[in-house]
Amino acid sequence: MRRTPLVGLVTGLALALAACGGGGSADKPVTSVDPATVSGTVTYWDTSDAAVEGPVFKELIKDFESKHPKVKVNYVNVPFGEAQNKFKTAAQGGSGTPDVLRADVGWVTEFASLGYLAPLDGTYALDKPEDLLPTPAGSTKFNGKTFAVPQTTDSLGLLYNKELLKKAGHEAPPKTIAELKQFALDVKDKTGKTGLTLNVDGFFVLPFLYGEGGDLVDAANKKITVNSPQSVAGLKVISDLISSGAAAKPAIADSYLAAMTAFKEGRTAMIYNGPWSTTDALKGSAFKNKENLGVAPVPAGSVKAASPTGGHDYTVYAGSKNLAASYAFVRFMSSTDSQSKVAARLGLLPTRTSAYARPEVQGNELVKTWKPIVDTGAPRAWIPEGGQLFEPLVQAYQGMATGKLDAAGVGRTVDGKYREILKGWN
Amino acid sequence: MTTGTRRDAPGLAADRTVRGRRRAAGPFAGRWSAHWYAWAMVAPVLLVMGVLIGYPLLRGVYLSLTDATEANVGRTIGMNTIPATYRFVGLDNYVQIFSDSEFWLRLGWTFLWTVASVTLTVGLGLGLAMLLNRRLRFRGLYRVILILPWAAPAFVSTFIWRYVLNNDFGLANGMLRAAGLPTVEWLDDPTMAKVSVILVNVWLGIAFNMVALLGGLQSVPRELYEAARVDGASAWQQFRNITLPMLRPVSRTVILLGTIWSFNQFPVIFLLTRGGPNGATEILVTAAYRDAFMGLRDYSGSAANGMVILVLLVVMASLYLRSLRKQGEVW
Repeated sequence: MRRTPLVGLVTGLALALAACGGGGSADKPVTSVDPATVSGTVTYWDTSDAAVEGPVFKELIKDFESKHPKVKVNYVNVPFGEAQNKFKTAAQGGSGTPDVLRADVGWVTEFASLGYLAPLDGTYALDKPEDLLPTPAGSTKFNGKTFAVPQTTDSLGLLYNKELLKKAGHEAPPKTIAELKQFALDVKDKTGKTGLTLNVDGFFVLPFLYGEGGDLVDAANKKITVNSPQSVAGLKVISDLISSGAAAKPAIADSYLAAMTAFKEGRTAMIYNGPWSTTDALKGSAFKNKENLGVAPVPAGSVKAASPTGGHDYTVYAGSKNLAASYAFVRFMSSTDSQSKVAARLGLLPTRTSAYARPEVQGNELVKTWKPIVDTGAPRAWIPEGGQLFEPLVQAYQGMATGKLDAAGVGRTVDGKYREILKGWN
Repeated sequence: MTTGTRRDAPGLAADRTVRGRRRAAGPFAGRWSAHWYAWAMVAPVLLVMGVLIGYPLLRGVYLSLTDATEANVGRTIGMNTIPATYRFVGLDNYVQIFSDSEFWLRLGWTFLWTVASVTLTVGLGLGLAMLLNRRLRFRGLYRVILILPWAAPAFVSTFIWRYVLNNDFGLANGMLRAAGLPTVEWLDDPTMAKVSVILVNVWLGIAFNMVALLGGLQSVPRELYEAARVDGASAWQQFRNITLPMLRPVSRTVILLGTIWSFNQFPVIFLLTRGGPNGATEILVTAAYRDAFMGLRDYSGSAANGMVILVLLVVMASLYLRSLRKQGEVW
């Protein structure tokens, strides 16, 4: 009984607090600021992998602080899975908010539509917007304004264990879904290991949908397409991979971790994952010899080979008390220099054309491998509801993985849920 | 304790009627002048309760009758101002909840989960309490070991269980594999996930029940058992006719608390399975949380969910208390 009033209490408090958010002044267009004069404290929520990527970003922040002696950066690592919710709670309540948040490309329009983000056009934060790659830059726009500066872009590819594929008689990675299935079955037959391990997650469904010409929604025509014949065909590909034994029955609890661990330990030959995971994969016992890790574009479906565009953007909280310092911080972190440094160390793909001209970026193996894959990445629907589309899909995917739903059932169920989220779409 | 309460009950009732009569006879002003200090004493508490419980509750009732969401409640954050556009929609939210077939499935599972959890925790807790309520060596040690699950924060234990029950890398399946037995999909199979969440909840709840019931057992006078043995009562007869009735003041509290706790047991479900796979283990509170905090935050819908849960619990608690009263207990 104690918990029930809590729901009301929390909402009540959130509302009460939302009413007393701080007021800010309109900023005039700024193009140059003397770093020595900027002062304040910037609380930065980083959602990168705390063990692998975090230290590199922390070094960058040290550089920033030495160039801006009056600014102190309060670095907070927030697990990626919790950040969206945590930021919304803080932003609504107006307390415990960061000044700068590293947001997934799929969150920006939602946060912007709710008024949580500061528009960055004409501020010091947004430097040379024409230098930004168009696809990641697309994720930062809402209602004609820019609400973020891209940090890194990514997409999904096929990670494979070269040794296991070779033992199964294949030198090159699979290029089509049919090959993927055959190769996986060969691995299973000849090595006794798993051929392919899937991760039960919304983002990871997309290459299969795109491959058959499907998608979740068609934002331009305000159409829900998750139940279209093409999308259902994509879902069928997944269920066929599982039922044929080519893919192991996917874990549902801690699905990402389970697939990643199996791959790192050499228990599975292939997984779908992105550039962010390569540094982690190389730490696994199966990849003591770094050459053993192969990365290829996702196998093509009957229509095409395509992967969703992901990545992360720097956003500034609208209620920040340190806007000037935050803008300077975002400008520094998203600069060509910073992006090149991160790319050279971690292989995270820059979002600035100029960064790809830098020798340290060109020389990075991971960037070289991933750049062509990410170049073919399909832009997602950058709509405020975009952040809500994965939850129903994951639920239904779980139903399919446990055998309770078939592909058509998943399409139907998710379609029904999307109609509640996207009112007025057809 | 039980006998004490019973003996006092008629006296209390008589006292109450006498006082009541006196009150009714006296004028209001007289009562105020006699008791104003009592009101002054409770005023701060009433005020705090009103602010902390009363206001949010009323606010919740009001919100549940609107279509308020994160997007339309109106706020000013820095340079952005969004006007309030939510409006009164009457009982729409409740109609939506009750016309959703998933709600009824979830309600059924929530009841099953509550009944199974309470039955097992109270039953096993009583068994352990009986075992510990006799003279045996290392009794203190056993008690410490058995209370440990309760001493650790629930979310920590739940996280440990999540790893123990992990399909590929968990301890449970590792042990099964080592013994050459087939592994079990503890959290990934819908039916097994239901069993697993109940098991973990029972594991967490047993310690409290054991300690509470052990306290109750120790307050049962030894003479009653001695007298029963003289009369030739068997162990089962002693248990049925002495232990259970004498335990009732404790057990009814434990059962009522257990019911409320299980019904609203958020951490176990949310941390162990997140309500999955595919919503199989979702109970009403976790579903209300999902509605409220996943995706666009739906204040009105979650307030309505909260009200439904509150009403269900109040009804359950009052039915339970009434059934006890019928058995002659004074709550």
